[in-house]
Formats: sequence, C-alpha cells, structure tokens
Amino acid sequence: MFPAKFEYYAPTTVNQAVALLKKHRDAKVLAGGHSLLPTMKLRLAQPPVLVDIGKVKGLAGIKVAKGGATIGALTTHATIAASKDLRKQCPAITEAAALIGDMQVRNRGTIGGSLSHADPAADYPAVMIALGAEMKAVGPKGARTINASHFFKSLMTTALKPSEVLTEVRLPPHQPNSGCAYVKFPNPASRFAVAGVCAWIALDAKGRCAKASIGITGACATATRASKTEAALRGKELNEETIAAAAAQAADGLDCLSDIHASAEYRAHLVTVLTARAIQQAVARAK
Amino acid sequence: MATQIIGSTVKRREDPRLITGAGKYTDNIVLPRMTFMAILRSPHAHARIKKIDASRAQKHPGVLAVYTGEDLKKGGVNPIPVGFVLPDMKTAQHHPLAIDEVHYVGDGMAAVVATDRYTAKDALDLIDVEYETLPVVVDGEKATHAGAPQLHPEAPDNVAYYWKVGAGDADKALTEADGVIKQRIINQRLIPTAMEPRVAIADYQPATGDLTLYTTTQNPHLIRLLMALVLGQPEHKLRVVSQDVGGGFGSKIYLYADEVIACFAAKQLARPVKWTEERTENYKATIHGRDHITDAEVGYKKDGTITALKVKTWANQGAYLSNFAPLIPTFFYGPMLQGVYQISNFFVEVWGTYTNTTPVDAYRGAGRPEAAYLIERAVDWVAFELKMDPAEVRRKNMIPPFTSAPYQTSMVYAYDSGNYPATLEKALKNAGYADLRKKQAELRKQGKYMGIGISTYVEITGAAPAQVAASIGAGVALVESALVRVHPTGKVVVYTGSHAHGQGHETTFAQIVADQLGLSVDDVEIVHGDTERTPWGAGTYGSRSQPVGGAAVYVATQRVIEKGKKFATHMLEAAEADVVFEGGKYFVKGTPSKAITFQEVALEAYTAKKVPADVESGLEAISFFNPSNFTFPNGAHIAVVMVDPDTGKVDLTRYICVDDVGKVINPMIVEGQIHGGIVQGLAQALWEGAVYDDDGQLLSGSMMDYALPIASNLPSFETSRTETPSPVNPLGAKGAGEAGTIGSTPAVANAVMDALKPFGVRHIDMPLTSEKVWRAMQKK
Ligand SMILES: Cc1cc2nc3c(=O)[nH]c(=O)nc-3n(C[C@H](O)[C@H](O)[C@H](O)COP(=O)(O)OP(=O)(O)OC[C@H]3O[C@@H](n4cnc5c(N)ncnc54)[C@H](O)[C@@H]3O)c2cc1C
Repeated sequence: MFPAKFEYYAPTTVNQAVALLKKHRDAKVLAGGHSLLPTMKLRLAQPPVLVDIGKVKGLAGIKVAKGGATIGALTTHATIAASKDLRKQCPAITEAAALIGDMQVRNRGTIGGSLSHADPAADYPAVMIALGAEMKAVGPKGARTINASHFFKSLMTTALKPSEVLTEVRLPPHQPNSGCAYVKFPNPASRFAVAGVCAWIALDAKGRCAKASIGITGACATATRASKTEAALRGKELNEETIAAAAAQAADGLDCLSDIHASAEYRAHLVTVLTARAIQQAVARAK
Repeated sequence: MATQIIGSTVKRREDPRLITGAGKYTDNIVLPRMTFMAILRSPHAHARIKKIDASRAQKHPGVLAVYTGEDLKKGGVNPIPVGFVLPDMKTAQHHPLAIDEVHYVGDGMAAVVATDRYTAKDALDLIDVEYETLPVVVDGEKATHAGAPQLHPEAPDNVAYYWKVGAGDADKALTEADGVIKQRIINQRLIPTAMEPRVAIADYQPATGDLTLYTTTQNPHLIRLLMALVLGQPEHKLRVVSQDVGGGFGSKIYLYADEVIACFAAKQLARPVKWTEERTENYKATIHGRDHITDAEVGYKKDGTITALKVKTWANQGAYLSNFAPLIPTFFYGPMLQGVYQISNFFVEVWGTYTNTTPVDAYRGAGRPEAAYLIERAVDWVAFELKMDPAEVRRKNMIPPFTSAPYQTSMVYAYDSGNYPATLEKALKNAGYADLRKKQAELRKQGKYMGIGISTYVEITGAAPAQVAASIGAGVALVESALVRVHPTGKVVVYTGSHAHGQGHETTFAQIVADQLGLSVDDVEIVHGDTERTPWGAGTYGSRSQPVGGAAVYVATQRVIEKGKKFATHMLEAAEADVVFEGGKYFVKGTPSKAITFQEVALEAYTAKKVPADVESGLEAISFFNPSNFTFPNGAHIAVVMVDPDTGKVDLTRYICVDDVGKVINPMIVEGQIHGGIVQGLAQALWEGAVYDDDGQLLSGSMMDYALPIASNLPSFETSRTETPSPVNPLGAKGAGEAGTIGSTPAVANAVMDALKPFGVRHIDMPLTSEKVWRAMQKK
C-alpha cells in the first residue's frame, strides 16, 4: 500500500504532457489511477515519473453528432454510463461502462486509461472492436488515429508509443437498422470480465443480417474479433437457430486463458453463450 | 421489576461515531517520536535461510534498526505458545521471526524499523537473503502421506495431533444399515477479511518500565497474558488497549508475531513503534479458517433413519499451530457432528496437520460450520439416495423438543434447550415450502432449474464452564467479568472484560443495566478494551459475549441492587427483609407510594447521612461469571436458488431463516448479527476460497482474486425467530454471532445440489462456482 518514490508532474496541455513523456522515458501517464495506482501500491510497477493528465483541459466529455460520437480520453466510466445521447446511438458502450467494477471505480476510472492499459479482462475493448472505433493519439510528431482492430496488440500492450497520449475515442455514426449490445460474465471477485462479448448487427431491407461485427474480451490475452461467427451470420435470416449456430463458432481458434476463476474450456464455452445473447439483443435493437 | 429495556430495539449507541468517521481506530493513533515497522516476509513456502544480510538496509537513511529471528532470540523473546493443548500434541516452535527455515509464504523473516512507512518498506528490498528452497506440501491430507515434505522435526508425518471421539458402534451400525453413503467432502480454506487489517503500536517508557500495546485485538487480556509470556515483560507492567476495531471474525483473537516484534522493537529503541498490516499482507499473515478434507460414511435405514456416521478428517492447521487452533477441529467439531438428530453411532477421527500454508484458527463459526456443513449435507445425501424430501428426512431424525431439561447428546455435550421441530416447521411455513416444490416442478418442465435447500443446524457457544474448559485443554479460564460502578448521582459505569468490535456491547450491556436499575440507557457507560481499566475477561469470540459477558453484567447489577438495599433499609427505616426494588425504586413491600429512587440511594452510598458506620459506603459490584454449561443456538435456514443451465451461474433468489438464540436483548442487533453471519456463510458456499498452487503460492492473494460477497448479489433475507431461553445463564441468552454463518453454508449448498438433482448430481465441493456447477450439469 506504500508505493516506491516517484516524481509527479501535472501538465495543463496535451503538448506539455507529451513533452514530459518524451523527456522522462520511463514515465507513466496517470489518468483515473484505478489500474496504475494499485500496481504501484503493490510495487509491481515502480515508474520513476508520473505525468498526471487530470488537469489537461478538454480531454473529458462526450459529443454525439451526425458524423459519430467522440469521447474524450478522460471521460469517466460513470459519465459514459449515464450519457443518454450515447445510449441512444450506441447502447453497447453505456452498457459496458455501467458494468465496470463498482461505483468508486466508475467514478474515477477513465475510458482512455482503460484502453491504454489494455487489461485482457477490461470491458471496452470488445465494444471498440465491434463498433469499429478509432483512437486518436497525440505524440511528439503530432496526432494520428488508430483503428480498434489494430490498437490492442497483446497482453496489456497497445499500439500507443511510450510518449503518446490517447486523447479521444471516435465511434462511427449510427446506421439505420443496426443495433448493438454488450453482454458480460463478471468475475465474482474483481468484477472484471471472465468473458465479455459485444455484437453489432446491421439488417438489410428484408430483415436479414447485412453485416455483423463481434468483439470478444476477457477470454484471451487480448481482445479479439469473432470472425467466423460474423461470416456465418452474413446474409442469414436471424432466428434462434441461425444465431445459435453462428455463436457456436465464436470461440473457434481462440487461445483462451486459464486461471483460478475459469479454465480455458469454460471461457470458450462462455464466449459462445454470451455471443448468442449479445447477438439476440443487438438484433432486437436493430429492428 | 424490570423496565423492559431488555428485549427492545435500542439503536446502537456506537453507530453515530462509527458511521460519521469519528471512530477511534488503532491506526489513527499518533504518538510523539513514533517510528514505523515493516516485515520482510518469505516469498517461498518452504526454504532454508542460508544467509540473511541486513547491512545494506541498516545503512539506508531513516532506518533505525533491522531485526532477525536470531536478534529476537538473543533478546530473550520466546516462541509463541499454543493456548489449547491436546494429549500428545506435537507443537512446532513458532519463532516470531523465522530462524533457519521459513514454512509458508508470508512467514516473517526480518523487521525494519524506520522513521516513516515508506522508508521501512523501501529498506525491505535492501535485505539480502539467500534461500535454499525445499519441497512443499499444501494439502492437509497429502502432508501425512509417506514421502511428503516434512515441516518440523517435532512432528513426524506432519501430524500435530490425532484426536478421536465416538459413541455406540459405528462400524457395526454401518454393516447393519440398509444403505451406506461414502463421500469425500471438502470444507475449503477461507480468508477472514475483516474490514480493518491488524495494527499494533507499542509504546515503552524506560523510566518506569511500562509497556503499552495498542492493538486491534478481540481480547486485550488474553493478549496481555500471552505477550507477557513471550516477551518476558511482567504482566503488571504491560497494558493492552484495543479501541474501535473494524471487525475480527476470529482473526484478531491471537497473539501474532508482528505485535511481539513491535513490542520488542519499542523496548530496544525506546521509541513508539507502529505497524499497520497491508491488505495483501493480511491475506498471508493473518490466520485463515476451515480447510478440512473429510471422508464420511453415513449409514441409513430405508425409512430415512440415520444410524451411523463415521468420519475421517484431515484438518489443515497451516505451518504452525496458532493459539487456539487445536480446539477448533476437535471439541468444536467432532461432537457437533450429531447436529439436531438422534443418531447414536459415531466414530470421528481427526488429524491436525502441518502444511506450508498460512496457519488456520477459529474463523466465524470455528468448527461448527464444518460440522454443520457435513451433517446437513449428509442428511441431503440420504434424501437423495432414498428419493425422499429432505424436510422429511430431517423430521424423521430430529431430536424432540426439550425445554425443561437438557438433552444429553451421544458425544460429550448436553444441549441446553431447544425445540428443533418447531423451528423447522416455522421456517417451512415462512418459505411456503409446498408451493416452492410445486413451482420447482413446473420450472423443471421448462428447462429452468430452481433449487431449495434446507439446513437445520445447532451450534455451541458461550464458552465455557471454566472447569470443563480446563479439563479439555484450555490454557485460561473462559470466564467473563463485569464491574458495575454507581456514581453518587446514580450514573453507572460498567467495566467489562469483553471486547466489542461490531457486536454492539455498548448498547446491549447498557440495556441490561438500565433495565435492571430502572435507568435510561444513556445513564450507563460501557468501558471495554483496556486491560488497565477493565477486570479480566477472556474476550469476544465463539458468540460468548452475551451468554457469559452479558451474564456477568447482569449478576454484578443484581449485586449492586442488593448492596443498595442496605442503604435503602436505613433510609426507609424498615427491616431489610421488607425492602423491595422495583422499577428503579426501593420501597417497603406494599407501600410503593413511599418509594425512594435509585439515585437517592446512590447519593446516600457516598454521603452516609442516614446509614450507621457498620454499613460500608460506596456502590459497586463485580462478577466473574462462570456458566454452568455452554449454550446451543439453533435454527432452520432455507435457501432458494436459480441455476442458469447455460453458464452454471447460481443466483440466490430467496433466503428464509428461523433462529433460536435464546432470549434476545436487542432484536435489531441480533438481526444484524444474523444477516452478517448469513452472508459470510453463503459466501463460502458460492464464492470464497483460498487457493494455493503446488509451490505454496497464494493465488487468491487479493480481493481481485478472492471473491467476497457483494450486497447487490443478494436478496433481502426473511428472518424470524423462535425462543427457548437458555437455563445456563440468568439472561436466558444463547450466542447470536455465528449462528447465521453456520446455518447458511449448508442451506445454500443444499439448494444448489437440489437444483442439480435432475442431472444426477449428489455432491460437488464448495465454492459452487459457475464453472463447477456447469461441469456437473454436463455429466448427464
Ligand atoms: C476494483 C476494480 C475493479 C475493476 N473492474 C473493472 C471492470 O469490471 N471492467 C473494466 O474494464 N475495468 C475494470 N477496472 C479497471 C478500471 O476500469 C480502470 O479505471 C481502468 O482500467 C484504467 O483507467 P484509469 O483512468 O484509472 O487509468 P490509470 O490507472 O490512471 O492508467 C492506466 C494505464 O493507462 C495509461 N494511461 C492512462 N490514460 C492514458 C492516456 N490518456 N494516454 C496514454 N496512456 C494512458 C497509464 O499510464 C497506465 O499505464 C477495475 C479496477 C478496479 C480497481
């Protein structure tokens, strides 16, 4: 509970933050602190420098417009969970936010922190993949955007460079006749996802599946896509049978984690169950 | 005549300070020149310490001292003793800091004292240790197998003790039974997780030789006694203070190494030394609970009569015997396997074993949850095999009501009072049992799995008749005392040897006094938790505070009333035999209109205006209460669950209970104790479990991995009571602190197994995690 010694900076602009990160090579960004500080208190992480972005203006907030939604990196889980505009456009993300940890965690933890941390059991990554979100990162060389499909690299590793700050998440605009849902099986201890699935489904004029996009978190070292299920759904009539048949393939080829909470086999099974449930809800919302 | 404050819901007087953050916890104490201690703990479960070099740590700026096991030994610190001794027990030396070998992950090896917490912690990394790792055993049964790693030379095959108890002829009864069920059943290891971890501050005054220890204990007097023995500090020069404590559940009964080291360091340095346990440290260094592996054989007749129970239990005691560890799987377990049933043939064998794990001792329920879980599961096994309703099997075997004389069980104890059938029937009625069974059948047809679980438990509280306790191995008399002191204005201070850390004694003990003396609760102050202010008390655990500590308060109050009569007699100018005390007033029998108040009498006790010289002034009395028997709370708990066949997830949908805790002083406080108890017990059934890997690393080492119960996962509880007063204390009270925990584990486990009946599942072990339940459902 007593971290090792560190230096602390509180820049007020993104550029200052980036400059500090560039100068101090082992520095860590501090956002809500709900992943970073516990590891520091256990001395599992001992960063010599913290760059607290909490005082940087303009990093928090949600904008929902015709062209899509943008969510500032510093926006807390609680703010996202409570956003009516977001819920209308994209209920999967408000659902995911509302299911994170407990009230204290939701009040302090931020979406930028969660995505940058890339915990294998975090909720948002499934949503980001399913919705095709883009991350905006600012580094010494300026800003760039990274698609969710390329953002989560491996266990707790993202495409962000050490001196980059994630500033914003962008969700594509809402398509007519589409719906999305996030379904989670929480770990009874931590509340993190033993497995979590986000499904986004677009229907064609005949009510068949025009496009499906499904993200999986919790089950593997990094969030991933259920490509076989997506392919199996495309062009199909969506009923209990076709959904079940497609969902049954959701864990195919996944290298699932095994720990004291769930074996790889059980996680793979959960993925199929949750995928079916997420698709059903998404379809209901698309109609 | 009493004023009926006993039995009424008085709001807890301690709550305003506790819920507004104004409680005084040990960690809040700041003393001048205070230093901070951190403990270097073994990262290995079993290793030889080849070299330990603290020189770099010693030189670190801010570090005042580093101590190792050898330093403590040279300083005259003794090993930590065991306070409950069984015949032929093999007690391993437990040095406060390990010497030569470490025996579990978390075993203390060195202590750093520094000017602040961070420095102390930093310096731990500067202690250089060379280990030679040794083979590890974490399983309480495997520890006894040939070729298992050996922990202590004193204890061959890692057996700390072998103990047995029995009645009748179990083997014969098993041969003659219509059916015999053999089942291995595991009562998994739990981590107590009190909200506040342990804290110790030792303050030594070289000028006077006085040592004060502020600590988070449930029993300051016991700690003083044990500390005096270990440290060689004379008992009269040692004061132990325990202020507000954030929960104990048994884990804060014992003398731990850390408190000893803090005291030693404070004496060495002549500066106050503070040690505050971190949560991850708490999970390793504070005792764990339960951890039984049992092979059971149950004999039964076709009509559901249970004829025999034969049990072999390996009780994992961890790396060392904690203070009271040997009591729990023996006297608090074996004889309690009879439960509420008329079974006459038993054979119970227990091996208390050493393993490379955190020591195990009493944790809420302590022995009785293990016993109740086993016998209540066994009853359901019989119901399963005979396709009988589990309520029916219970009715068939239940001890009939006994309210006027105690019931001599088959093994050791005589139950004080109880009406088990009435309690069961009330619970079944409150649950709407018949309708639940109908609903269950309907749901099954729809592929939905509802389970209904019953447990009818009895447990043992109110330790103890001192002579009985001494005869079975207790190192101290488990009596409780109360000093009731009346001030000249009639205000009362009660000094109790019991300690409250969530139980609400400041309210209930005051209710007893106020009720008897005709005062308001606000006229009575309760002082506890300081050996210098309060007379001896063995402490608060085993649900003993009301039946023993409360009884002492009651008896001392009666003595005050009697003493008061002496003053009243002269003030009323009457014969003592004619003076009565009712409703807070003394008067001559038949003339209540000429009464004098308790306050007037109190004033007379200190002014002596009316009394002659041969009536001694002052108004106070003390009682050391020694109960004539234990008390045996009991109840019937019913859990209703839904099991998701797709995932195996269990949802508790209803919880109905009826408990008999004897006479109740404060219904709201009893309710609170029952609620908390139920949650702690059902969490064992569904979620909690300490997990070690084969190397002895604690995998469930933090709350991220050890699943504690959360309010949002629980329904409202439907609680109710029956009341058979206990004849063994004047209050008629039994204990209420552990009852809920003991009743709920089997109720919930039985409910889950009931839901799994269509899948042909008789038993799976706790915690009944989604995965385990899902796997059980795949077997059909
Ligand atoms: C008890 C508990 C339960 C939890 N349960 C869940 C759960 O159910 N689901 C879930 O998804 N999460 C859960 N979490 C994690 C929680 O969501 C965290 O808030 C989140 O993972 C990190 O966000 P933060 O703002 O707190 O980041 P911090 O802890 O401040 O930072 C986390 C990491 O990200 C980096 N970082 C932060 N912001 C940025 C940025 N803008 N740019 C670049 N790098 C950055 C930091 O340097 C650090 O490495 C839980 C946490 C706790 C303590």
